[in-house]
Amino acid sequence: MIVGTPKESFSGEARVAMTPSSAGELHKLGHNCQIESGAGYAAGYPDSAYADAGVKVVASAAELFSSSDIITKVRPPTDVEIRQLNSSKTLISFFYPAQQEEMLNKAVSAGANVIAMDMVPRISRAQKMDALSSMANIAGYRAVIEAGNNFGRFFTGQVTAAGKVQPAKVLIIGAGVAGLAAIGAAQSLGAIVKAFDVRPEVAEQIESMGAEFLFLDFDDQTDGAETGGYAAPSSPEFREKQLALFRAQAPEIDIVITTALIPGRDAPKLWLDDMVKAMKRGSVVVDLAAERGGNCDATVPDQKIVTDNGVTVIGYTDFPSRMATQSSDLYATNIRHMLTDLTPDKDGVIAHNMEDDVIRGATVAHEGKLTFPPPAPKIQAIAKRQPKVVEKTDEEIAAEEAALLKKSGRQQILLLAVGAVLMYFIGQYAPASFMQHFIVFVLSVFVGFQVIWNVSHSLHTPLMAVTNAISGIIIVGALLQLDAPNFIVTLLASISVLIATINIVGGFMVTRRMLQMFQKS
Amino acid sequence: MLTTELQTAAYIAAAVLFILALGGLSNQESAKRAVWFGIVGMFLAVFATIFGPDVKIGLVLITMLVIGAIVGVVVARRVEMTGMPELVAALHSFVGLAAVFIGINSDINPPLLATNAEKIIHEVEVFLGVFIGAITFTGSIIAYGKLSGKLGGKALILPARHLINIVLVGASIALLFMYMNHMGSWTLYLMTILALILGAHLVLAIGGADMPVVVSMLNSYSGWAAAATGFLLGNDLLIVTGALVGSSGAILSYIMCKAMNRKFLSVILGGFGGAKGAAMEVEGEQIAIDADGVAAALEDADNIIIVPGYGMAVAQAQQSVSELTRKLRAKGKNVRFGIHPVAGRLPGHMNVLLAEAKVPYDIVLEMDEINDDFPETDVVIVIGSNDIVNPAAQEDPNSPIAGMPVLEVWKAKQVFVSKRGQGTGYSGIENPLFFKDNTRMFYGDAKKSLDTLLPKIAS
Repeated sequence: MIVGTPKESFSGEARVAMTPSSAGELHKLGHNCQIESGAGYAAGYPDSAYADAGVKVVASAAELFSSSDIITKVRPPTDVEIRQLNSSKTLISFFYPAQQEEMLNKAVSAGANVIAMDMVPRISRAQKMDALSSMANIAGYRAVIEAGNNFGRFFTGQVTAAGKVQPAKVLIIGAGVAGLAAIGAAQSLGAIVKAFDVRPEVAEQIESMGAEFLFLDFDDQTDGAETGGYAAPSSPEFREKQLALFRAQAPEIDIVITTALIPGRDAPKLWLDDMVKAMKRGSVVVDLAAERGGNCDATVPDQKIVTDNGVTVIGYTDFPSRMATQSSDLYATNIRHMLTDLTPDKDGVIAHNMEDDVIRGATVAHEGKLTFPPPAPKIQAIAKRQPKVVEKTDEEIAAEEAALLKKSGRQQILLLAVGAVLMYFIGQYAPASFMQHFIVFVLSVFVGFQVIWNVSHSLHTPLMAVTNAISGIIIVGALLQLDAPNFIVTLLASISVLIATINIVGGFMVTRRMLQMFQKS
Repeated sequence: MLTTELQTAAYIAAAVLFILALGGLSNQESAKRAVWFGIVGMFLAVFATIFGPDVKIGLVLITMLVIGAIVGVVVARRVEMTGMPELVAALHSFVGLAAVFIGINSDINPPLLATNAEKIIHEVEVFLGVFIGAITFTGSIIAYGKLSGKLGGKALILPARHLINIVLVGASIALLFMYMNHMGSWTLYLMTILALILGAHLVLAIGGADMPVVVSMLNSYSGWAAAATGFLLGNDLLIVTGALVGSSGAILSYIMCKAMNRKFLSVILGGFGGAKGAAMEVEGEQIAIDADGVAAALEDADNIIIVPGYGMAVAQAQQSVSELTRKLRAKGKNVRFGIHPVAGRLPGHMNVLLAEAKVPYDIVLEMDEINDDFPETDVVIVIGSNDIVNPAAQEDPNSPIAGMPVLEVWKAKQVFVSKRGQGTGYSGIENPLFFKDNTRMFYGDAKKSLDTLLPKIAS
């Protein structure tokens, strides 16, 4: 099959869906690659780099569309592009089918297959093609860099000869992939990072990145696992509490990076005008949700503005594109993984397996049929949250212990009573000689129990070897029977002596061998 | 010639020495001395018996002792440390067989007994000694077969296995009463055969993963057999020693069962678990890695924990593990070992193997000591263990090993699993660990894998 990548037609888009190195990998799958002239230029890949990698450079988009079987793109297709699709072509790109219904219907009526990279299900196996995550990762990093660029101070705290520098305080709202990437970047620049998310289960991830999780005590918190790992809309009471928390933070925070998005909805307003007003002059707000209306009231999509009180609000929507080389590399690799799954035999033939959870989930149009929305994946993506363990009070613990003690006391008394009854019956019928031996037996069992509890775990094997050797004491019995008038008795006894000796000698020697090996460093 | 009084004095000394020998095993250093206590005690006991009033020193006796000693020395010298479980099981069978013979001898050539009560007691003792001895004998042979791989490790689950056991025990009790009513020695012999079958069947029904419990249980049985023989012969030393060994084996079995969260009875009676419902499906893929990848990760790691299992013993990889440990420690990395109580086929099996390979014992830690450290660990290397690192024990209530304490290796930043292939472990359970995102599979025989890895780690 021929895999072709056109130049992105969206103005300002610098990314490209195929890089020379991803093309090399695609060749290994048995595909031929071609690219529109100049497509990779903005991402740092001139036509000559592609030509060197064995990619055919095509002069125009129209020529590319007509000669390619599979078209890989970054941005959703435009009207012009979608008209060039037909039933023999497969398009792989971001598509946002929920918002782009009209475009989707056009693709369906053209009969083209469409794989939406934004619809790849969030399961472990599909992580390597999760383009949303790789783009979000870049956006999170870039958001910190942009903030730093517009922030007039250091991130890290320093004590210099020219005076003390306070570290910057950064607040990250929404700890998805972008949020976590932002935490990591801000943290490594030396800032004090706090983070908030409505999903309490990500607290651990936030803390693992070294940031402080702003804890909101609220009973009715939803479990992110139920919504495929994404946040769900929150109740008005919850929202009020959340905003109060932010309001309290606003005066001391230098940089706010908001990344809160709810799938299929406008971005929730979380950083309101009064919070922007409460911020210090020179502070920066970076709104990663600007494309969907923004989390901040002051955000103007695609623009950087400065408010009256000197707060910079950045509403760029093209963070990944601003790091086109990096994002093209990652995106092209995501695409390449998708094609790897689509080419299971590595023979250059596409097998569009609609039974596969990942491929099925990402395919929004297939052979003239609408296949969106996909059925729920067969497996749960994320483990359900463990039910909260109620902390026990000291009294409860004490009461439990007392009950346990009582129970074990009762058990012990019961055991002793049973033992006493048994003893009575044995004493009633057994002869004196037996009773004497019996005393010895019972006491020995007790000694054995007491002694063995203290044996260290690592010495259990030597313990078994030594007890095994000692149980060879049965040789004494055999020795006593050796001198008998009956031949069979003598024979059996002498065999017993033989094997018991093997047991004793072998057992002790092996034990010694083992113990000699134990040594300290 | 020793008098009876002197002989008894020697026996008392021997009994005390045996107790000291077991008690001395509480730590590695005193253990070395403790074995000598045991050896001296045994020497005293045998010496006092041979030179006692009841034994005539003859050619047969000396021949048997010498041959036995030579065979014992040869066996103990030859055995590989990985072959320990088999050897211990085989030696148990000897004690069982000796107990059977002594019991039968006592039936052929009974002592003179004054009262009727004494006679009845004697008959019960003969029966009991032979019964326990016979179970120990065949049980140990089957255990030996399973451990040495001559028999399959799978549990043999006959349809009516509990019924078979009950019938065998019931028949043995019936035969005991017939024997006590002087119906003849054939009742004893028939019971011996039944007990031999029972012993074999009991151990056959126990799966490979439960072998540590079985071995210590047989150890316990061999002790009880010796104690029963002691009653039979009226010999207190046998009773004391048998009881010591019996109770120590019982406690060991108990500790093992606890470590696996299994009911002692359900292990002994055989059959695996009693899980309700289907086990969780494992999703995802096992991702392989080569020696270069592992070496690179080890270069970057500061905290490393190695979790060995039976696979290390099978591949005889302990020397390579030791070499790897030495190299990594020389580079200033914190290398430790996490040992699960039931790793291997014998209690403490891994400790012995690592000790053989000269891994210092103070970096070899127990599960409880090391389990909390996994989240701060950079790399965990799992070498040939499976069930003891299976997260299903905690995550899947329907797993057959649900509730068993396991080493929480998956909490580490990265886990490498050295494993022969994609098969399941001894207990036949799928292991979700292998499918986790931070797990990489390092396929191949443990020793060969490590030997390709070693040169890649610069010293």
